[in-house]
Amino acid sequence: MPRYSAFAVVKNALTGHTRWREQWPDAQPKKEYDVIIVGAGGHGLGAAYYLAKEHGITNVAVIDKGWLGGGNTGRNTTIIRSNYLYDESAKLYDHALDLWDGLSQELNYNVMFSRRGVMMLAHNVHDVQSFQRHVHSNRLNGVDNRWLSAEEAKAFCPPLNISPDARYPVMGAALQMRAGTARHDAVAWGYARAAAARGVDIIQNCPVIAIRRGPDGAVTGVDTAKGFIGAKKVAVSAAGHTSVVMESAGVRMPLESFPLQALVSEPVKPVFPCVVMSNTVHAYISQSDKGELVIGSGTDQYTSYSQRGGLPLIEHTVAAICEIFPIFNRMRMLRKWGGIVDVTPDRSAIIGKTPVKNLFVNCGWGTGGFKATPGAAHTLAHTVATGEPHPINAPFTLDRFRTGRLIDEAAAAAVAH
Amino acid sequence: MLLIHCPYCDETLPELEFAYAGEAHIARPEDPSTMSDEEWRDFLFIRSNPKGPHFERWRHVHGCARFFNAVRDTVSDRFLLTYKAGEPRPDLASLEAAQ
Repeated sequence: MPRYSAFAVVKNALTGHTRWREQWPDAQPKKEYDVIIVGAGGHGLGAAYYLAKEHGITNVAVIDKGWLGGGNTGRNTTIIRSNYLYDESAKLYDHALDLWDGLSQELNYNVMFSRRGVMMLAHNVHDVQSFQRHVHSNRLNGVDNRWLSAEEAKAFCPPLNISPDARYPVMGAALQMRAGTARHDAVAWGYARAAAARGVDIIQNCPVIAIRRGPDGAVTGVDTAKGFIGAKKVAVSAAGHTSVVMESAGVRMPLESFPLQALVSEPVKPVFPCVVMSNTVHAYISQSDKGELVIGSGTDQYTSYSQRGGLPLIEHTVAAICEIFPIFNRMRMLRKWGGIVDVTPDRSAIIGKTPVKNLFVNCGWGTGGFKATPGAAHTLAHTVATGEPHPINAPFTLDRFRTGRLIDEAAAAAVAH
Repeated sequence: MLLIHCPYCDETLPELEFAYAGEAHIARPEDPSTMSDEEWRDFLFIRSNPKGPHFERWRHVHGCARFFNAVRDTVSDRFLLTYKAGEPRPDLASLEAAQ
């Protein structure tokens, strides 16, 4: 795989840019692999990359029912942060943030990671107390986060309305300067290109119908639309469809799949310098490098696989945005879409072993999986390669729902994840 | 927006009047002290989460405020049936045949 560089751009200019090669070959399945990863999103492709790079396992296939990065990787609002309350979460998300830092250089692919800061607004006394607790907890864990007054928040993000008679008054904010956004598609493409360069097969438009198990109960491979493919190990990283895939292996999951919607406005000149989240009124917003305002909120209330979601939630979200940022009152929205997110009872992810031998799972990221992409991929690869979890993902077991050792971000986070 | 039929009010009304209340027909254990950790896990946390017809509870919060059950296809979001709480779980095959 030729490296991308300024020199390569100049060299290809001489031939009229007609000799650029494809970024990765479209592979057809071999008979058997050492590892099959179900789901070619950022998490799955990243895991394949780290398996090849850090563990020397290159006989790997990543299989997807659609095109790569076409699920939640291509549907999220690209926010990256690590200001979680609990020690386990802080370590996991901060591990991801560390990997985000050098990712463009490592992959030789510009993922456009931009540390523009994520600011979370406090609208009432409870928010203030809860976010200050987060700030202190984060600082004890070495995670960047600090408290701003309303005036400081306004100085950091001028479109913010901090008038005391606002519908949602701003009483302060928590700011993580190390946080920001990245180009979501480029993350999938960068990992795909880097993994394929090390020999990983990426098999698209090939739905996995079932996971097959041998007489001893261990995984033997997967049945797909292109026939049976053998595998010594299988890792499921299928986001909203994890329950369906795991059910075929006889494993029932503590997951429910909900639609999560997002929308973008018409593109405008740079007007919004950071990411702002308001969890109390359930809206968050940033501006993409193309100029569109990228807006999101919480999930719809009912489970669904429809990738649509309902309009009442969009109306609620946009109403909140207009109250907090009156400047956007007359902005026109271009399009909205939905992704299917798999939510666990404690709102923390599951990365680890399953009751089935040689079957691994990475799921339950709910509404916040994009930010964790490199960390989830890295720890999943470690778990698959060694058969034991990395210390960072060790608490995020499937078994915690039996032992009761939950990581209860649901109650503690006060975030829209 | 979903349009939902409340079996008590006997009216089809917008989703905004209703609150989703999770999977239906999960019975509270009769003798909790004899339950194993695995049984508690299954009761509290494991959900069927099907891609297709789903038995679920809804509550008509801005109307009669009563809980009822529904069968909804999670791919199309179309309701196959709503029925009163306490009524037996309908047979899926006959429901789909009737559609």
